[in-house]
Order: sequence, then structure tokens, then C-alpha cells
Amino acid sequence: MSAITTLPEAIAELVGDGDTVALEGFTHLIPFAAGHEVIRQGRVDLTLVRMTPDLLYDQMIGMGCAKGLVFSYGGNPGVGSLHRFRDAIENGWPNPLEVEEHSHAGMANRYAASAAGMPMAIMRGYRGTALMAHTRVEEIECPFTGETLVAVPALDLDVAIVHAQEADRDGNVQLWGIPGVQKEAVLGARRSLVTVERIVEALKPRPGGVVIPGWTIDAVAEAPGGSLPSYALGITERDNDFYKFWDKLSRDRDEFRSWMDEHVMAEVGAR
Amino acid sequence: MSTPPSLPRTPTSATAAEIQTIVAARLLRDARSVFIGVGRPSTAAILARELYNPDLVLVYESGTIGARPWRIPLSIGDGELAETAEAVVSVPEMFNYWIGPGRIQVAFLGAAQVDRLGNLNSTVIGDYDHPKTRLPGAGGAPEIALGCPEVIVVAPHSTRTFVEKLDFLTTVAAPKAVITDLGVLEPDPETKELALTELHPGASAEAASEATGWDLAIAATPATTEAPSAAELAALRELIAR
Repeated sequence: MSAITTLPEAIAELVGDGDTVALEGFTHLIPFAAGHEVIRQGRVDLTLVRMTPDLLYDQMIGMGCAKGLVFSYGGNPGVGSLHRFRDAIENGWPNPLEVEEHSHAGMANRYAASAAGMPMAIMRGYRGTALMAHTRVEEIECPFTGETLVAVPALDLDVAIVHAQEADRDGNVQLWGIPGVQKEAVLGARRSLVTVERIVEALKPRPGGVVIPGWTIDAVAEAPGGSLPSYALGITERDNDFYKFWDKLSRDRDEFRSWMDEHVMAEVGAR
Repeated sequence: MSTPPSLPRTPTSATAAEIQTIVAARLLRDARSVFIGVGRPSTAAILARELYNPDLVLVYESGTIGARPWRIPLSIGDGELAETAEAVVSVPEMFNYWIGPGRIQVAFLGAAQVDRLGNLNSTVIGDYDHPKTRLPGAGGAPEIALGCPEVIVVAPHSTRTFVEKLDFLTTVAAPKAVITDLGVLEPDPETKELALTELHPGASAEAASEATGWDLAIAATPATTEAPSAAELAALRELIAR
């Protein structure tokens, strides 16, 4: 049974400097509130893992939380670049960022391997691309057919943080809509935190619902609206205008920092 | 649609971008399923479903299979895609059970750079370790190109995009066709080198050559793209305006 706690307490207990942390959510259910709490508590030297860094990691990178990034698509979906991510890689601001990049299929398989407790996953892909030489993958021969495949290493996650629509009072969690790799992240990490829109008496089965039993989760914290400007299907709507606004605001270091000071560090509402 | 090609066929003439989108949409007339990202390919696929092929299955890498968006989504994970989909699956399932085994017939891909063999770069401009411009990266493209039986690349025709040498080889796309805002390039059956086989109304082979960073092969008599009909253009504009 997971402990139902507050977000600040959960972050203080579960996330340490230097940890490898995955805050997952594929466009949907991105745990912004939890990421903002990590920023407010001043964690540094994190290796951030996420398929699509999105605005949340742009903010965490720009605020100096990260020393490394493991990812597969570093763009502002449908809008363009992530400017803080680019500034860190192109100019080392606010600090240099060590990058390990994969394809989506590679990352998805790395999460699945970690959830399965396997050292690696095998797949078709990568071969013929320049990624082979720039990331951690190896060719491997299928012992049954002789086909050359590619092995990707399991992710080694200290902490997984995801957002879901609901938890019950025992900390069992249910999410629905686009499920991304959240279940794999929670099962594959040594420690896990789930933030939820609301805590309910009992979970009601939903079409396409993914249930994560409370005994596999360390902490559950209530964070209404905690995935905005991403969204929680059925409860909040994706703030597409904010994604466009971010493209302009985040180009400038000072404007970025003052926006973060006002809207995140001062804890004025969870964005 | 029997107007001679030299005369305008539409009340308001189409822009190059509109022609590109409509040509991409027409390629999906008989397709069973298409894998799409956001941007022009997504617009083309939604248009194709509305105009020519109501049974077309739209698949987005966020895990939405058979989505029926009414509006063009900003992101591949917009709520409307999940709400209207036949099935919503996890990312590992999307790549391992759906894309990998070739269940999705056509893939639309874009890129920052395309070379003469149709290889794509969406990773960096400049040196990998010290990039001039850090691009978003591979995303799903490498395995989508590998798994989907037919790949169509949609890209703006310019020397910035169509380059002699990629700065980084992100995706071996081996496209069946590349649709630009000037025409259509298709691979030579033997050498696989892309050649200009079709020109959009108003575009010239010279303009296409100039906008290509290598010595572009041009078919003996490039076909002329059928100009967008008034109905196609109206449907596209109405879709974008929603």
C-alpha cells in the first residue's frame, strides 16, 4: 500500500541530488506540478529521462536541475524547438548537458525492459543510422533465426514520477486516455511517486483504464490540475496556447528566469 | 475538371503549400491506414479521410489508432485523438505490436534535411558534439520508416532541406515518393536516387533544380500535378479554419 502524502513531502523523501529520474507522460498526463516541486526544492545534478522532454524538462534544464538528459524527441510538439534544451546543448547554459538519445521505439523498449527486470530489450531498428555510433545500442544475432537485431539497455531509474486521474484511499491508481510509458516507468524504477487529480473512495473501471496497484508505488500525492499545460483526459484540457506562448517566452534567458520566479518558484498556482 | 491545364481551375488560386497538402492527401485515396505526425502530413491525412477515403485509419505515435479528429490537432497527443480513437495503446505496444510488424501501411514523415537517396536528418545541423542547431531528434521516425511498407516524405523544396550530404543520418526512409511544394520526387528503380517526376501547377523544373542541393535528376517529361479542384481547396481551407 502506497503512502498518501503531500507533494513537497514526497519529493523531499524520494528525489535526491544526482538521481536518475523519469517524469513520464506522452503528451498527456505530464507531471508538471511534481517537476515544479523538484525545481523549488533545488535538486541538482539529475539525469533526466523522458521520451519527449516537452516544456517540463525545458523548464527543469533551464533552472539548472539537470546534468544529463536521456530522450528521444526534444521538441515543443506541433510548435517547434525547446529553447532551453537547445541553449543547454548548443551553449552550455545554465550548465553543460550530457545527452544520450534514442529513437522512440528504443526508449519504449528500454522502459519495457526495466519493468520486466531484464538487462536489455531486443528490437529491429537503428541499423544504418548514425544513431548506432552515438548512443548505447549493440547489434545482436537471433540464436534461432540468425537475424541481426539490435539490443538496447534497460533504463536504470532511481525514481519514476507520473500523473494520473485518480487514486483510492489505499493508493491504488487509475489513469485513462493516452497511457504512454507510465506503467513501465513506475514498475521499472526503484522508487515511484504518482500525483493524481483527485482521491476517490473507490476506483470505477474506465474504458482503456490502466490500474497500477498501490503496493507497487511508494507515494501518492493529490495535485489537482497537476499536469497543466498538458492535460488529464476527462478532467482538464491541454492548454495549446500555453505551448505557443512558451515558444516565444523561453527564447530569452532573462524572460524565462523571471517567468519561472513568478509562476513556479513563488508557488503561485501550479502551471 | 475538364479545364485546360493552362487556365486557372479554382476561384482563388491555390498556394504551393495547399497544393502540397492536397497532393499528399490524394496519395491516401486507397490506403488502409496511415501513420502521421503533426503539421502538413496530419492535415493531409485528415483531409483524405474527409474527401476520398472515409475508412482511412489514422494512427498517431501517441498510441491513438483510428482517430477521427474534426479539428487539426496541435500535438499528436491532443485529447480529441484519444476520445475519437478505436483503440488507445501504450508506446511500447504501438512500436512493438503495430508499427514494427508492418500493420500500418503508409507513413508520412518530415525532416530538416533530405538527401538524394531519401535519407533523413532530424537530429542536428552541424557537428553532433558541437551542433550549430540542435533539432528535436529521431522521435519515432527510424522504426516507423523501417516498419511501414510505404513511406512518403513531405518537405519544403529548398537547398536548406534538400542537401548533398546530411549532417546526421537519423532515418533510412527509402521513400516511395517525396512531395515538396514544387513537385514530386520518386526514386529511380535501380539506383534509388530521387528524380523529379511531377511538377505542381506554376512550378518549373529549373526552380526545382535550383532549390535542390545536388544535381537533381529530372524525368524526360515530368507530369503536371492535377490542379486542386474547387472542392478540394474549399475542403482544405475549411478544415484549417475550424
